[in-house]
Formats: sequence, C-alpha cells, structure tokens
Amino acid sequence: MMTIKVNGEIKHADVTADTPLLWVLRDVLGLTGTKFGCGVAQCGVCTVHVAGKPVRSCVLPIGAVGQREVVTIEAIGEQPNGAKIQKAWLDLEVIQCGYCQSGQIMAATALLNQTPVPDDSDIDAAMAGNLCRCGTYVRVRQAIKHAAAEV
Amino acid sequence: MTGRRRLLAGAAAALVALGGALAWWMLPPRAMDFAGDGAVALADYRGPSPVGVPAELAGASLVARGKYLTEAADCEACHTATGGTPYAGGRAFITPFGTLYAPNITADVETGIGAWSDADFLRALHKGIARNGQRLYPAFPYESYTLIADEDVKAIRAYLFSLPPRHAPSPPNRMKFPFDQRWLMGFWSLFYNSDRRFAPLPERSPQWNRGAYLVEALGHCGDCHTPRNLAQALDNRRKFAGGVVDGWRAYNITQDRTAGLGDWTDAQIADYLRRGHTVGRGSAGGPMAEAIDLSLSKLSPGDIDAMVAYLRAIPPVRDRRQAAVKTAPAADSHRTMATAAPLGAALGKQMFEGACVSCHGWSGQSLITPDATLVGARSVNDAAAANVALAVLSGVQRPAPSLSMPAFARAYSDAEIAAVSNYVTARFGAKASSLTAKDVAKLRAQSAP
Amino acid sequence: MVTPLAPRRPPSSAPKATRRAVLGAAASGAFLLGFHAPLGRSVQAQDADSAFNAFIRIDRDGAVTLIIPQVEMGQGIYTALAMVLAEELDADWSRVSVAHAPENGRLYGNPLLGEQITGGSSSVRAFWTPMRQAGARARACLVKAAAERWGAPPQALRTEAGVVIHPASGRRLTYGALAAHAATLSPPSAPSVKSPRDFRLIGKPLRRLDTPTKTDGKARYGIDALPEGVKFATLRISPVLGGRVARVDPAPALATPGVRQVVVLEDVVAVVGDHMWAAKRGLDALDIVWDDGPNARVDTDLIWRRLREASRRTGAIARDDGDAETALAKGPGRAFTAEYEMPLLAHTCMEPLNCTVDVRADGVEVWIGTQVMTRVRAIVAETTSVPIEKVKINQHLIGGGFGRRLEADMAGWAARIAMQVKGPVKVVWTREEDVRQDYYRPAYHDILWARVRKGRITAWKHRVTGSAIAARYAPVAYKAGIDPDGVDSARDMPYNIADARVEFVREEPPGIHTGWWRGVGPNNNVFAIESFIEELARRARQDPIAFRLAHLDRAPRLRSALALAREKSGWDQPLPARCGRGVAVQGAFGSFIATVVEVAVDDHGEVRLRRVTSCVDAGVVINPNSVIAQLQGGLIYGLSAGLYGEITLKDGRVQQSNFHDYRALRIDQTPPIEVHLIPSGEAPGGIGETGTTASVAALRNAVYAATGVALRQMPVKAKAIAKGVRL
Ligand code: FES
Ligand code: FES
Repeated sequence: MMTIKVNGEIKHADVTADTPLLWVLRDVLGLTGTKFGCGVAQCGVCTVHVAGKPVRSCVLPIGAVGQREVVTIEAIGEQPNGAKIQKAWLDLEVIQCGYCQSGQIMAATALLNQTPVPDDSDIDAAMAGNLCRCGTYVRVRQAIKHAAAEV
Repeated sequence: MTGRRRLLAGAAAALVALGGALAWWMLPPRAMDFAGDGAVALADYRGPSPVGVPAELAGASLVARGKYLTEAADCEACHTATGGTPYAGGRAFITPFGTLYAPNITADVETGIGAWSDADFLRALHKGIARNGQRLYPAFPYESYTLIADEDVKAIRAYLFSLPPRHAPSPPNRMKFPFDQRWLMGFWSLFYNSDRRFAPLPERSPQWNRGAYLVEALGHCGDCHTPRNLAQALDNRRKFAGGVVDGWRAYNITQDRTAGLGDWTDAQIADYLRRGHTVGRGSAGGPMAEAIDLSLSKLSPGDIDAMVAYLRAIPPVRDRRQAAVKTAPAADSHRTMATAAPLGAALGKQMFEGACVSCHGWSGQSLITPDATLVGARSVNDAAAANVALAVLSGVQRPAPSLSMPAFARAYSDAEIAAVSNYVTARFGAKASSLTAKDVAKLRAQSAP
Repeated sequence: MVTPLAPRRPPSSAPKATRRAVLGAAASGAFLLGFHAPLGRSVQAQDADSAFNAFIRIDRDGAVTLIIPQVEMGQGIYTALAMVLAEELDADWSRVSVAHAPENGRLYGNPLLGEQITGGSSSVRAFWTPMRQAGARARACLVKAAAERWGAPPQALRTEAGVVIHPASGRRLTYGALAAHAATLSPPSAPSVKSPRDFRLIGKPLRRLDTPTKTDGKARYGIDALPEGVKFATLRISPVLGGRVARVDPAPALATPGVRQVVVLEDVVAVVGDHMWAAKRGLDALDIVWDDGPNARVDTDLIWRRLREASRRTGAIARDDGDAETALAKGPGRAFTAEYEMPLLAHTCMEPLNCTVDVRADGVEVWIGTQVMTRVRAIVAETTSVPIEKVKINQHLIGGGFGRRLEADMAGWAARIAMQVKGPVKVVWTREEDVRQDYYRPAYHDILWARVRKGRITAWKHRVTGSAIAARYAPVAYKAGIDPDGVDSARDMPYNIADARVEFVREEPPGIHTGWWRGVGPNNNVFAIESFIEELARRARQDPIAFRLAHLDRAPRLRSALALAREKSGWDQPLPARCGRGVAVQGAFGSFIATVVEVAVDDHGEVRLRRVTSCVDAGVVINPNSVIAQLQGGLIYGLSAGLYGEITLKDGRVQQSNFHDYRALRIDQTPPIEVHLIPSGEAPGGIGETGTTASVAALRNAVYAATGVALRQMPVKAKAIAKGVRL
C-alpha cells in the first residue's frame, strides 16, 4: 500500500512502488484531469506539481514521491498563480481540444511561481517540454505574458 | 666510415631500436602480471577455491551452477541479436577489419553447438579453436576465457545444453583480406593467448583471488576497459585505462583518483556494478548497461564485493586528457551556464529544453529519479562526449522503466545531436565538448538501427 | 464520470455551472423527438424542458440547451454552431449551454457527408443553413405562442435575447415562460432567417463554451471514462498488418502485480489489470511470437518503388480542358516537368486511441470520443452480434481527431477484447501502439508537366498517384477510378490555364492502412502544385507572387488574399543571408488563403522558422477568434509534418513509436504566426484543415528561396537540403 498527499488529502493506493504517479492519479484515485500522452516524458500532458516543481507524472514512480505534496490540475486553481493562468487561458482562448492543457497550465503556473515576469526565453525553457498537437503555442505564449501582467 | 655508411648504420640501429620498441609494445604483459610473481596452480592453492560458484550455490545442480557462470561470463550479450532469442547468435560486430556475426551457441546440432563435446567446448574457450578446427577471431575473448577452470567451462556447456535448441544460422562474416584468413589467428594466439588456467596468488586474500577470477576470467573486463595495441591485443601496461567499444568509451577503471575509480568508495563501485547507477556518479549506458543487466546484476553480493576488492588493486593509470569530474550541480535555471556557450549552443539548448530537461533538470539533478541525474557522471565530464552523443542516439534500454531513455537517432539530425551533446557537457561537465555533425554521423554509423 | 443528460440540474443553478455540468455529458436518446414532435412523455416525466427540434431545448427557467451534432475536438464547433442556433433563436447567450448529440444518423447526419460524421472541415458549411433554420423555426414558435397568449398578430412582436416583446403594449414574456406552449406548435416550414446586418452574435469573438472545464481537469475525454467497476487494458496488435499470434505464454503477465487477465485473440494480445500500469507491465513481460504473414517483407522502399512504377501509367482522367497532351508535346515555349513525393504520416492526436466497452447480457455500452458515432455503433453491434438498438454510445470530448477518429477500428478492437472480459473494460493504446497501428496519411507521388511561354503557363498536366481512401471509406464516392479526395484542389486548381489535364492513378501501399489526415487530399495537391508553380516562377525569373497573380485572373478571392499576404508578410523587404520567404495559395474547403512562411537555413541544413503570415477569406466568419485559432493550429500541424513527419517501415513494421522518433513542433520552434481575416459576405468556408494544407508548400518554397535547393520530397530534412537539387 502506497500513501501520498494529493491536493491536500492523504490518499492510499494498492500499487507497486514503481507505478508511475500518473496511473495512480488517473486509474486508482479517479483524478483524470492529468492526462496520458506518451509515457516517456516527451509530451508534458501528465505534468503535476511535486513539492511545487513541475514533474512528469508518467515517469515518476510513486515510490519516489515520499512525503512531498502533489498538486494536480484539479486543485491548481486554488493557488493564486494557478487561478491567474486559468483565467488568462480563457481570456485569450488558448484552448482547442484541451487535452494537453492540463499539462500546459501546470507548467505555466510553475513558471510564474518561479519567474513572475517571464520573457520569451523563460517561456521556451519552461514550456518546450509540453507538446500541443492542436498548435496552441502562439496563444500559450501570449496568455502567460497576459497572466504575468495581471496584478 | 663514409657519411653514407654512417647514415646507413645509424638507420639500421634506429631500425633495431624501433623494432625492439615495437616488439616491447606489441608484447605486453599478461593481465595479472601487475600483481607480481607467486601465483600457484589452482591445485596447489590452500585457500577457499576462487573458481566455481559462490558458497550459496555450492550444492546446486550442474545446470544451475552453469547458469550462474554463464551469466558471470556474459555470454548472452554477444551471442544474442537485438530482440532475438538469447544465445541464438546473429549479433553483428562492426570492426575496422570487417563485420563479424556472433554464432549460435544453443544446442542446435546443425546451426549451434549441439554436436560439441566437453573437449570441443574446452578447446574453444581455452584455445580459440572451433570444433571444426577453425581459428576463432579474438572478438571472442578467449585470451580471458582461457583462465576459466575446466569444471566451470563444463558447467557452462551443461547450462547451454539445457536450453531449448534454436535453429538459427548466423549470417556469414564479411571480413576484409587478409583478416578473412582465419589461420592467421593462430599467430595471434601464439603471442596473446597464454592458454593457462587461472592461478591464484596465495599472498593475496581469498576475496581478492575470487575477485580476480571474476574480473579477469569470467567477466573479461579488460576486453573493453583495457586499451589495445596495433595487433588488437590488450595493452596491459595500461591495464584498465580505458578503451572503446562500438563507439562507446569504456572508462578508466584503474585506481587513479582523477581519471579512474580512486576516489570512489567501495560501496559506490559495488552499487554501480550491481545496478548500473551510483548516486552522484552517473548511470551506465550502452554496452556497460547491457553487461550490468545481463551479467553483473545477477552476481551474488559477495562476488560483487570480491570484484571491488580486486579492482582496488589495479595500479592507477593517469590520463591527462581526462579532467576531474565536476560534482557541483549546474544552476537551476536555463539562464545561467558556468562555461562559455559551446558549439551550436542555441540549437543544443533548444533540444535540451524540449526533449531532455523534463527528466534531467536544468541543474542536472533529476526530479524524477537519481538515475537520471547527470551531475557527477563521467560521461558528461568527458570532453570527447562520445557516450553522451551515443546515449542520445541509441537511448538507454534498461529493465527498470525509470532507468530507460528513448533513442533520438531517428528523428534528430547529426547537427542537433552534436549540439545537445556539447550543451550537456558544457552545462554539467568540467569542460565543453566540441562535437561536430560529422563526428555524430560517425557515431551514428556505429550505433544500432 | 459520465453523467447522462436527462437528469437535470435544479433550475436555480447558475448558467456557468450548468454549462460545465452539461459539457462532457453524453446525451441519452430519450428526449429527442424528431423535428416536429411535441413534448414527449419521457421528457415530461423527467423535467420541464421543452424540445423544439433535434437541436434546441429550453427549460422553464429560460436556460437553453443546444444539441450539437458535430463533435468537439478543439475546433470550437460547439460554440460556432451554438452561435448560429442562438443567433436565429435570439437566445440569451449567457443562458446557452451545449450537449453532445446522441448517435442518430437521421436527426444528426452531416448533410454534406451523408452520415453522422465530423470531418472534412465541413461542419459549418454543412450545418450553416439547417442550424439557421432550426433556430428560426423555434423562434417563430415562441413568437406564435406569445401572440396566442396576448391575442396579438405575430408580426407585431419582436424578440431579443431570450424574450418576446410586444412593443405596442410593452408586454414581455421570457422564452422560459413560453417554452412549454411553444414546443407544441408547428413551426413554419420556411422560416425567415436574419439578414447578416442584424446579427448580434455571429461575427463576434464570443467566449467558447467548452473551454472552462478544460482548465480545471473536469472535462471528460473518452480516455477519462470511468464507469463503475471498470478495468484497464492495453493491447499489442500484430506489428505486421495481417499477422497473427503464433504463440504466447500468458504466465509472466499473470505474475505481474495488478494483472487480472490476459486476452489472446487471433491477431492481438491484451492484458487487463487494475490500472494501466499493471496492464502495461504485464504486456511488456510477455514474449509474443508472431506469425507475420504476407506483409513480413514490406518496407518503405517497396512502397515507393510501387508508387513510382504506378505513376508511369496513364491515370483516370479527372479533368481534361482543351488539349493538354498536344499543347505539352508541341506547344510553344519551354517544357518543364517535376515529380514530388509526400510521405506516410501518422496523426499522433494528443489523446492516444482508447475505447471503453461493457458487454452485458442486455446490450453493449460504449464510451468513446469519436468523429463517427454511427460507424462506432455499427462496428460494435457487428463485432458483438448485438442488435444495433442495444448498443449505446456515450460520446465524449475528443483530445485531437485530425481524421484519426474518423475510423472506428478502435471500437472494434475494444469490443473484441471486452467480449472476453466481465464488466466494463477501458482499452487504452500506448503511444507506441497508437503510432504503429495508425491509418496513415497516404504517400503520394505526383508528376507535373507544364509549358511556359513569356511568363505564362500555356499547358498543364498533373498526375496524382496514391491510395484512394474513398474507395475503402465511402465506396459510392469512388467512381471511374477517381478518388474525389485524391484530386481535390488539383482538378479545381485556381490557375487559369486553357489546356489542362488532371489524372489519378490508384495505387494502394501494401502492409498498411491509409486514412484521412488533417487537410486530406488537398495537402498533397496544394503541395505539389504550389511547389511546381514556384519552380516555374523562378525559372521564368519572375516574382513568385506576381507570377501567381498573372494566372489567377479567375480567382478574385485568392487574388485579394495574395495581395494582402504580400503586404502583411513584408514580402518586399530584404532578408539576411540564408533566409527566405515562400508563398502558397489555395482554395480548398471553400476558403481562400495565401500563406507566407519565412525561414532561416543554417550551413547544416537546419531550418529555423522565423515568421508565418496567413491571409484568409473564409466567407462569413461566425467566430473570428476560433477561426484564427484553427488557422494557427492547422499551420503548426502542417509545419510539424513538413519538417519532421515521416512514417517508415521495415520488415513490415512501422519504425516510429513515440514523440522522440515521430516529432512535433514545440513552442520554442514556433515562430510568430499572424492570421488576417478578409471580411466577406460569402457562405462560410471550412477552416479546420486549411492551415495544414497551406503550410507545407509555403515552408518548402521558403527553403527553396533561402538555399536555392528545390526539395521534391517531404519532409524537409537537413540532409536533403545538403544534397538537394539546385535550380
Ligand atoms: S505522458 Fe508524461 S510526458 Fe507524455
Ligand atoms: S489543445 Fe489539443 S493538444 Fe493542445
């Protein structure tokens, strides 16, 4: 039995320690907002925050999470930067199919947490790991700047 | 003497001297000569036997013991094609002299070794001669296997014969003249194969002797880690100072503190051998990862410790080109870079931020698993960066998903892979590499698909 | 979790919340009563919603639910069609929510494509008129109801944002108050629709309705379905098309923690477990021996060899104006010819293929996001031998379709596996399976011939050789050896050339499936034509835009798009060394577009995108924001393909597997993309695929301008540039 703290709650899952956090969230805990796209850390749709850092949950064994707190898309809106990013995403109509957007929003929120006013190179560095097959990149960039400009 | 004569005599003397030097260089010492005289025949050795299987397996069946020894000798790595049936052969070895294919060593009578007797098998391992009398190429490391005790060779054969035979003819070798003349290998053997069994040194500890047997006879570590001379023989004057296999650098594993393992703790070396990773020292890739997964990871803890004890005795060999490994992490931001921007920096950074940073982190310390931490790894501190580029090209396939990495060869260009390799060595290593697209093209040709 | 639409929220709930609650829900069929049917019992029993027609429901509180027949996969169709309905209905936009239509080809069939299908950039084109009429009819009923109530003539009444008003008396009634009565009235058969100058909603960049739940993880895609008791499975299909499982020992999978069952069928092995990881680890542990069958030797070279050989044949004639053969053979001017090749491509939708199926004694239930509800239902019924009315499909949001979800194969595989499993099972393709079991965009080989005299093309011939997807997918459309999609944008290419001939040679690649891919046939044809035109222009030493304009005398909408592109892209501004601009124009899908791509190419042949400008006349634009987004996204999808896209085979197996070897453009490689809309009163054109079609030719032409290397094969590879033909 593995125990983790997700979105402020203690959760238990009967899985082996090598099980990636992604599948525990989605299939065991029913938190399907975090998506599966590649399973090899190449697309970013599975991004969650672990101890405040953006992490690809598809390759993070649950056994490696330990006491560190996990925050997913379902709760990111409770954080000031998460809410700001969500709002900017709607204001600028970033979203198309939306499948990658949980990951984009988690990565963008982590970026604002670390760099309140990011420039283009900061955005590249933080967001290049997040693929979007619908091609929302132009607006992702705009929305991050828009959110950063909001007080 | 006329000037002309003097000149001739001088030239002759120089020639003799050169010949002597060449002979000296061409006839290096044997693998264990560094340890001094005093070796005794196995039969005369009084301590616990350094050969065979560890005590835990002493009572096991012949086949079970054979399995352990087969794994310790890592037969599977060479005798299995990528994705193919273990031991059924077919793996290609691209050498400067042509391409060799590993033979099928399952017990299939027609295409494998099903017709081989113990004596045939012993002759192959000890003398490098196949059942049909053909000389074997030293790609098959019989200069090491010659040290394996007779009983152990027989156990290995028993194990191979216990597996289901596979009908699998190997493709014919494609060696260039004159290397396609197998009889020439007879001369090679004359010089480089001692044809002597392992002889322990009574003044060393039983653990040391066991380690020596594992490292030299079964493990044949020198095959990769010892540089070779012109005749492709192991240059044991620089024993374990590093070599090259399939383009990969097999690093210096002497006791040199900078270039080798001198400043690793016993536990660190043991960890690396057991699982291909040591916290703060990096992870194995390429042929070493394969050796760990197929062989070293299967050895008993006692045997690993014995190997460590033996490695501790290897005289240090300096290597001026090898800088000290940098152990401090890089800045946790894309903005800061300790060294000057390397060749192709913008492209390298672009590839890194897209495909690499998710696992390896800007600091080089992975948020996912310590196995993906690059800080402290020899490979990123090697200014040749061959292993970095090869890891990017062919990925790392390990049984644990967290140890694996995708292969980027198919979709990324030579320039991109050169750029990211240079970026990685600059960011995490002591000195930036300066690979070019051409260098990567060469490595690509040597790596898999 | 999937909430059926029928049990409704309490009337007091805020509009925003209802929108969220309804989206991602699958509609139950019960309340849908046909076009003119009065309120039915089943609906009355549940709540007080009034159904006006297949598309519109209004509850007594005034909340409007619009049933959208086309599925949402990011193109913004829920919002666009809702805007059209709400416009004519004169609904209060803040009270509008949308729901997926259930499977019902009669009610929700796509008038352009003849079945319930979302594809071909057809949604707005197909539903523009029916939706306007549906909205107008419902509005007429509401007005009539108020008129009866007040004893006033309907012509004396007007509507605005959810209320009917009698201006003379100042009386007002909300739609909610009138709904029950209005729904019983029969609507006029030919309702009058609004004049565009009265549009309140159409043309405004309204907020999309489907996006709020996509920011907080609540949106439900097919892969998120979690019916009670669901188990998780992943599968390995024979890696060679037509291969079979020779043998497999299930033991190692069964020994994996969390694995419940191993399903071995003729051509697929699936492992069922408590979660995806268990299933995946179990599957990885298996040593499956395949019998590869007849396609074991297929490789990319063979596919190309056969295409090239086939392209030597004369094809079926799709267009034959004047006498192209004679004009080419002995007309005046110089003759040119060139051959172009487009590779096989995978879709790699961000959401990997998946389908959840529960085979029960009383029927089959399916949870899926699909572009083809009808086909999914049919294939599941056929596979399970269950009567079609006992197959229930729960439609979900789609995490990227791009044409892949125009196939129903995933439902077939999942149903076959589910038949062996007790209770619902969610079958999820790993990315590797998703890439390797795709229905690929066909490879094409195009040959073009032309004669040019004094800067004018006098004769033209274009032979397209490739797979005829229509022949498999919609056989009725495949006539006389011509796949209409295969020659789309070639037979109707915009340049005015008197002697012009277009041929199609069908050649099916062995060992793989081909299928629709974003941009479909026009991708290939626009690429080949615009590449060839570019070469002709440069050989005639003419400016590529001027050369095109000279031949576009019959295409005024393209002319203005091109002129705008010249201005907006800075076409006439000088560029640094090894930089270049490429242009492409197209009239595909009823939209008229000129696109300019600007690139820099370094000494190694690495291409960097600098800027993209696209000028679009898409007719009446319903939601400009969505149209611009579709263009941006489509361009990026195409640029990914143009730079990296290529599926190759060896020993019958697809060699690519995941994003590390099948690349897509990332944000740090994406340049600024400007889209300019040209105001237009023409009927709306399709837009979802146009950017993709536009981008590859423009990219290729930009590389040509930067390096002088005329690439004839896609994708643009550094090596190809280094070795390419300089013209
Ligand atoms: S699913 Fe984790 S990065 Fe793609
Ligand atoms: S919005 Fe569809 S993949 Fe990004």
